[in-house]
Amino acid sequence: MTSFERRSIISGVGQSAVGRRLNRSGMDLTLEAARAAIADAGLTTADIDGISTYPGGGSAAPGGFAGPGSPEVQDALRLQVNWHSGGSEGAAQLAAVINAVMAVGAGLARHVLVYRTVTEATAQGAGGRQPIGLGGGGRQGVSGTMQWSLPYRAYSAANWLAMNAQRHFHEFGTTAEQMAMIPINARKNAALNPKAVYTDPMTLDDYFASRMITTPFRLFDCDAPVDGSTALIVSTAEHARDVDHPVARVEAVGTALRGRPSWDQFDDMTTMAARDAGAHMWTRTDLKPADVDVAELYDGFSFLAMAWLEALGFCGHGESGAFIEGGHRIALDGELPLNTHGGQLSAGRLHGFGFIHEACVQLRGTAGARQVAGSVEVAAVGNGGGPIAGAMLLTREG
Amino acid sequence: MSAAPFRVLPHLDDENRFFWTSGADGQLRFLRCGDCSEYVHPPAPECPACAGRRLSPEVVSGRGEVFSYTINHQQWDGSPEPYVIALVEIDEQIGLRLTTNLADIDIDRVGVGLRLKVCFEQQGDVFLPMFTGDDR
Repeated sequence: MTSFERRSIISGVGQSAVGRRLNRSGMDLTLEAARAAIADAGLTTADIDGISTYPGGGSAAPGGFAGPGSPEVQDALRLQVNWHSGGSEGAAQLAAVINAVMAVGAGLARHVLVYRTVTEATAQGAGGRQPIGLGGGGRQGVSGTMQWSLPYRAYSAANWLAMNAQRHFHEFGTTAEQMAMIPINARKNAALNPKAVYTDPMTLDDYFASRMITTPFRLFDCDAPVDGSTALIVSTAEHARDVDHPVARVEAVGTALRGRPSWDQFDDMTTMAARDAGAHMWTRTDLKPADVDVAELYDGFSFLAMAWLEALGFCGHGESGAFIEGGHRIALDGELPLNTHGGQLSAGRLHGFGFIHEACVQLRGTAGARQVAGSVEVAAVGNGGGPIAGAMLLTREG
Repeated sequence: MSAAPFRVLPHLDDENRFFWTSGADGQLRFLRCGDCSEYVHPPAPECPACAGRRLSPEVVSGRGEVFSYTINHQQWDGSPEPYVIALVEIDEQIGLRLTTNLADIDIDRVGVGLRLKVCFEQQGDVFLPMFTGDDR
């Protein structure tokens, strides 16, 4: 039986300008990315019969976190769709892509525009990153799950995830020197990416000189808010022969969540939900971790990329510190090139979608100076941290 | 100890009021299932272990240990003092955890496994459970 995943390809990708404080609207950036992706897929807006985004909710959402909602973009492009979806619950940011793959697999749509837009840099202006719950009416009483963290001034995912990292350090002897290899590797790759926002070389001394945010996370362990939009076209697999370039075929997705969906009550702090999504993905394919040529793994905080390396079986549980030590294995010319565009740490926080975009570009062999040598046949993507995770395996076709 | 910092406070409702006001008598309480004895947190209408409905607040020892922690330096709310956010596992049940602060504690002493006892910071009707070193 062919799984639903293999009925889909990613036939086109597009990305707007990416930068710090572009002072352009989310819709403006979204249309730039969407038009590019549609053209790249060899299509016109008349061919697009589905639309999907994360997190949805519309461009009125505060902080530049959410781009325009799917109805707004549908209207701006005057799309006539058979299927539409937007939301923040699901397999991390990849849920928007996976939903599109399901819609295509189910026959509800043939070509789905999937996008993720952020304008966090412009929204934050000179004020820096805002803590969760202190903006707007947040100083009133807090209800729901946030009541368990905000009263303790644990305002940010940086605080919550720092405790996951600290537990990993405790259980496995993981060190800051090892973790530093994630941002240092990202910066090295970003220097080869014309769209990356931070490209100056970073040494271990630079890393340790960066100010502490919340132990063990320093500033350079935290991703860089940017403005930008990324778009993909998820198409029926038959469309591959009508495109004038190689495409990414969807091999498998990982959507499982078996631990308690909670930042502080999840059973194993050291693995987080990535464990479940990663393991689930490998149950849906005959490929193995050793088959993967490039890994694009969420690094909203550097430790998350380490957790994903373990979750996807590139090393054992607790072994990511040793795996990345020295940075050779994860370098562009290493056995598992990681975050080849610079990740969110240096290329900018495109919030999940930068990774799948880069996976598609690497599979197509069009990554320019940062293209991994040899033929890239298989790419793994992991999105999310804490109780949120989604994974995808993509293969090259054509 | 310096003056209490600004805090976002929980909005009290019928489900959480017992927890956030429990410290009025110096005791920490969690919901406990009258059928299977499971402690249930956050509060819920039924026991996730046995689906029992006979849940009621029950006093615990107030003792536990640091499961993980972070020392926050970022001035999210304008206060320049570093502070300890800890994930505390309560002695009564594996996995029964609170995100909380450590109070009156030497930051250099903080580590996974540090023994703790509960204390409370009162903010109006709310008694925020926090923890401090347990030298018992």
